[in-house]
Amino acid sequence: MNARRLNWPLWVGFLLTFASFLSYFFIFVWFPVTRDFPWANLLLFLIAAVLLFAGIRRGFAADRPHPTRSRIVSSIVGLLGLAVIGLSLFSLFVVARWLPPSTGAPQVGQRAPDFTLPDATGRSVSLSELLSQPVNGNPAKGVLLIFYRGHW
Amino acid sequence: MDQFNAAGIRPVAISVDPPEASRNLAQNEGYSLTFLSDSNIEVIRRYDLVHAGAGENGNDIARPAEFLVDRSGTVRWVNLTESYFDRARPEEVLEAAKSLK
Repeated sequence: MNARRLNWPLWVGFLLTFASFLSYFFIFVWFPVTRDFPWANLLLFLIAAVLLFAGIRRGFAADRPHPTRSRIVSSIVGLLGLAVIGLSLFSLFVVARWLPPSTGAPQVGQRAPDFTLPDATGRSVSLSELLSQPVNGNPAKGVLLIFYRGHW
Repeated sequence: MDQFNAAGIRPVAISVDPPEASRNLAQNEGYSLTFLSDSNIEVIRRYDLVHAGAGENGNDIARPAEFLVDRSGTVRWVNLTESYFDRARPEEVLEAAKSLK
């Protein structure tokens, strides 16, 4: 493959946009440092954006073997890549913060409302029961309630 | 998990997932914590943690939140995150657990 023919910054940049978005969920989310603030992904997005810009410039260069096709392809792929970056940043920083205020949630010092719910085997379990059952052979010091979004 | 056990803390995970889904999750991921299923979103509502329409097909689900409850049933530590991705770290919980008797 002739190096001049292939607009590598464009395609590498395009693939990198997806890689940087997906890597957050598959790699960086497992490490607290990169999960709470996705700086590693920001860096990847920055590199991807630079490559995309370089790719668009290259696509519009005068020495392309197929000038028209090259311009069309580089514009579409370049803008698509930049759109993916924009949407990713939007979802990481804006959508993720659309959470209800939960002002009525129990606060420190208040009593946690008791409840009874089925566990994974279908058996009914209450909070007071969980608090009175021993942990590791010793009386339980407390229960950590973890509410999560679930897989719905 | 072992750290929580050693600290005398029982982690309990609550979501709208049905028991079967939690069972699969526990088996596939090897989790040994207690999963509770709030399919009718009653407890999540009582704790004011409903994230309306945020689930698949616009179902109501729980927003992420963690509460450390002591033996008397009193809340001793709360984490209401501002972003899905920013969750409580085990060290924070274990630190808060130290003050429990």
